[in-house]
Amino acid sequence: MNIVVCIKQVPDTTEIKLDPVTGTLLRDGVPSIMNPDDKGGLEIALGLKERHGGHVTVLTMGPPQAEEILREALAMGADRAILLSDRKFAGADTLATSNTLAGALRALSFEVVITGRQAIDGDTAQVGPQVAEHLDLPQVTYVEAVSLDTPAALTVCRAVEEGHQTVEVTLPCLLTVLSGAVKPRYMSVRGIVEAYAKEIERWNFDNVTVDERRVGLAGSPTRVYKSFTRGVKNTGTLHEVTPEEAVEIIVTKLQEKFII
Amino acid sequence: MNFSLTKTQELFLRMIREFAEKEVKPLAAEVDELERFPAETVQKMARLGLMGIPFPVEDGGAGGDNLLYSIAVEELSRVCATTGVILSAHTSLCGAPIHEFGTPAQRAKYLPRLASGEWIGAFGLTEPNAGTDASAQQTTAVDAGDHYVLTGSKIFITNAGAANLYVIFAMTDKSKGTRGISAFIVERDFPGFSVGKQEKKMGIRGSDTRELIMNRCVVPKENLLGQPGKGFGIAMKTLDGGRVGIASQALGIAQGALDETVKYVKERKQFGNAIGHFQNTQFQLADLETKIQAARLLVRSAAFKKDRREPYSAAAAMAKLFAAETAMEVTVKAVQLHGGYGYTREYPVERMMRDAKITEIYEGTSEVQRMVIASHLLK
Repeated sequence: MNIVVCIKQVPDTTEIKLDPVTGTLLRDGVPSIMNPDDKGGLEIALGLKERHGGHVTVLTMGPPQAEEILREALAMGADRAILLSDRKFAGADTLATSNTLAGALRALSFEVVITGRQAIDGDTAQVGPQVAEHLDLPQVTYVEAVSLDTPAALTVCRAVEEGHQTVEVTLPCLLTVLSGAVKPRYMSVRGIVEAYAKEIERWNFDNVTVDERRVGLAGSPTRVYKSFTRGVKNTGTLHEVTPEEAVEIIVTKLQEKFII
Repeated sequence: MNFSLTKTQELFLRMIREFAEKEVKPLAAEVDELERFPAETVQKMARLGLMGIPFPVEDGGAGGDNLLYSIAVEELSRVCATTGVILSAHTSLCGAPIHEFGTPAQRAKYLPRLASGEWIGAFGLTEPNAGTDASAQQTTAVDAGDHYVLTGSKIFITNAGAANLYVIFAMTDKSKGTRGISAFIVERDFPGFSVGKQEKKMGIRGSDTRELIMNRCVVPKENLLGQPGKGFGIAMKTLDGGRVGIASQALGIAQGALDETVKYVKERKQFGNAIGHFQNTQFQLADLETKIQAARLLVRSAAFKKDRREPYSAAAAMAKLFAAETAMEVTVKAVQLHGGYGYTREYPVERMMRDAKITEIYEGTSEVQRMVIASHLLK
């Protein structure tokens, strides 16, 4: 089975601090990581490959330094890595990004495309579903587990608000994966040793089957109207009490909110 | 000259640090308290290829080098010195001599099992009456045609109870002194081989330390490691490599204790201020950090020299001496800076102080390291 996993390099938002005066993000020195949902997607892909054989390609659009997450993906066990990098792609919103990724996917053969549910820097959860629409693929979102029970379809467990839902989807298809239920493997030592000896394929606009007006800033209808820092949420109240008193307080609060 | 890690080493450091934090640290207090060998951690390490870091891919290893191996032992020991020494003894004291001195058949038979972690390795040199004076071996190996018969015992053997394979030294010709010592590859299942009860130790208490007993143990001829009479040289060269491992372990313990202390002095308030605010605390932390950085340069330079196949015996001795004494000093001061809390098992620095002591003793005491260093100066 040929699987393409779309991954994104993001700032590790757990390490980001806010400037106490201006309220803006302090990005300096913040490490870049593979987006956690994408890493979960890669784990799903590598698990499918282990069980059923196949070939896993990782694809990212980004600046040259995004190569780092491709090396990490190779060290985890991906077979092929492609970096989509071109000035024409710069300034892309989710629509232009999904157009670019779809353009690259048109040049690749696959049965399954996997993306993360959303990236921790933008949190839109739009790119995966948009790619599926551009390529006219059936899509399953919020995926937690996948199995291949028949040759032509995947059985997919997805998280929904009330619980879990199991659906079947015919191949080819696109899945967006949630990291919560998937524990990504560690890079192996041999994978790490060999990761920098492997080739990263560098693709630019010419390698991608897409209309130039649909990529980069030109292909991005999103306009930022205003950026602002969200007000600090109520941090809650702290009660230093005995367990018995704590039970009393919790039950009272839940009753006040008509939860119980 | 370049003091930066390569991209590969950085990637490796990221992996091993995450592995240590998530898989090893949560068990550290428990394996110490219960004196329990963390077999489940070793299995996880095996799956990632950590049990065969510096061995070639054709021998079943990960194709890495001694620098990566040193970083692995350091990072594991930063959170759990027991786990660090399990890897160090397995790799440096069992896999390495078989890789370096073994025949192609011995390498093919044993290295893939060790490197995959299917088998754990150990090393038997020390005897009740042959410690620092390792030449005073009393274990004998008698040539009996197609096999040797080994009789004697080895003590304080790291990984003894968990291991499947041992590199063991014995006298094949007592009249020749150190030139009568030979090395053998002994499987746990060989007739006449057994292990004693687990030692009760001050530190590294999850590391399984026992006596090895050879009661007319039958070892096939093809399991002689190297030439007959060359065992002492094999033991000394193996210990040179082992010292890089133990130096890395000591460095990790020191770093772990400093990390815990930095965290603590920011939180602990006395006289209305965090104790990190006081100059006494700051000056002590500055000295400890400086020594740890110096130790790291010595450790990495010894591993680097070994990887470049340059003579590294003195470098390894200096790295082990300095890193071990740094680990002891840092952990004692870490406990002091933690005050009464540091003396309890609520905080990990108590364990780290007990763990640090062994690094000044095993694989050559600090006194032996000074002998090695001086002998290189005076030769």
